[in-house]
Amino acid sequence: MAAKGTKLRKTAKKAPKRAAQKASKKATARAPKSKKQLVLVATRKGAWLFHGDAARKTWRSDGPHFLGHVIHHLVLDPRDGRTLLAAASTGHLGPTIFRSTDMGKSWKEATRPPAFKKVENLPEGKKARSVHHTFWLTPAHGNEPNVWYAGTSPQGLFRSEDGGVTWTEFFDLASDPQYRAWLGGEQEGTPDGPSMHSVIVDPRDPAHLYFAMSSGGVHETRDGGRHWKPLVDGMEVVAGFDASNLTFHDPHCVRMSPSNPDRLYQQNHCGIYRLDRPATKWKRIGKAMPKAIGDVGFGIVVHPRDDARAWVLPMDGQTVWPRTSVEGKPAVYGTQDGGKSWMRLDAGLPKGEAWWTVKRQAFAGDNSNPVGLYFGTTSGELWASPSEGRSWDLIARHLPEIYAVETATIG
Amino acid sequence: MAASVKMLIASPLRPYTGADEVELRGATLGELLDDLEARFPGTRFRIVDEQDRIRRHMRFFVNGEPVFDLAQPVSPADEVSMVQALSGG
Repeated sequence: MAAKGTKLRKTAKKAPKRAAQKASKKATARAPKSKKQLVLVATRKGAWLFHGDAARKTWRSDGPHFLGHVIHHLVLDPRDGRTLLAAASTGHLGPTIFRSTDMGKSWKEATRPPAFKKVENLPEGKKARSVHHTFWLTPAHGNEPNVWYAGTSPQGLFRSEDGGVTWTEFFDLASDPQYRAWLGGEQEGTPDGPSMHSVIVDPRDPAHLYFAMSSGGVHETRDGGRHWKPLVDGMEVVAGFDASNLTFHDPHCVRMSPSNPDRLYQQNHCGIYRLDRPATKWKRIGKAMPKAIGDVGFGIVVHPRDDARAWVLPMDGQTVWPRTSVEGKPAVYGTQDGGKSWMRLDAGLPKGEAWWTVKRQAFAGDNSNPVGLYFGTTSGELWASPSEGRSWDLIARHLPEIYAVETATIG
Repeated sequence: MAASVKMLIASPLRPYTGADEVELRGATLGELLDDLEARFPGTRFRIVDEQDRIRRHMRFFVNGEPVFDLAQPVSPADEVSMVQALSGG
């Protein structure tokens, strides 16, 4: 089990102490009172809910839900604190969405799950797209109760206005010649298929949205989806490819700072980035990571009350892309200064021979003070840190391959 | 009105139907699936995608012969089976 105590190892440029103290004070000042913590775990064979006490020390497992179903994402609506949506498929059956309003005691299936429009008279040799699975779920703006967005594989963006019961395509990417070209084919996608993810709603403006595509880049609308434009300036692509072609852009995960909606963080196939709007050029902040670790990974978490703090989980991105913890020694890296410096946070994690992979949706933070961090591995381990990464404990092991981890606080 | 045809239901869909065999109305495989959807909402999309393609790991047999076309005619005397193909671990 996890080692006790705190271990912070500086590995990059020294963070200014005063700034860190100031950040800590700022983060503490606005922290909500601790409530009971819920960790929602989606796996390749079902879903689990882990109920924590207020101190986040003991956890009660509730599951499996949908045993045998592939659950790609499981999200609790923070606006009502009771609606759970689960994006599901199985090895045999087509994709669907399940909905619960009693914390998973009962589930109802969407009557119209995300599906592309039927294409008639397709040219010879062309194959119309069909939704393989819903990959990502995002509750919409606080002033739009019951509105949700869903990102699918292959890339599609859908919207529900009835709490997830019926879904319609929100942005018909395939009908836009430019976007259709950027979507690429199946070979441009991830091993699990090309995906739409990181659907982000600006809390100040429900018409201001972002999404990201693997592959296909990061995109933004400011008019509620009528017009979209790419936001990839400064983002690198694999050496030898043309960065002006969005097909080659692979943002793994984009997060908006909850305390500053003008600040975006991104974990990309080619590094860690930050963007401070209204600027449009991403800055590669992963350059400050230790060279031996690199800045490849999948998930990224931003502090709920301090826009200078974020955490990543580096993966081995050498040669054939093992996508495992670097040298079999898993570690989270945290920044307190917007990515100028990074600290290794591995107390309690295995010191070696732990060849983990953590998917882009499987790394999450809560809103407590101190912030709790959680990640799930493809080998079925669920880890938690109630201390912003300073120490880690195992919540569960022997789960199926973990696809996604989300958090929620419940009263 | 089309006569009814018995269809053997694949096990992943039995939570919808509550039975391993149901009687459906229709003159084609596609019409049988439309009737299945009307009686057990949600089933069709889990079997057939939005482009009317039978999903990769779902298979249909009529009198023991594999069928891949929803326009396949069926009659009350036919044995229609829906099965799940193997799809990995």
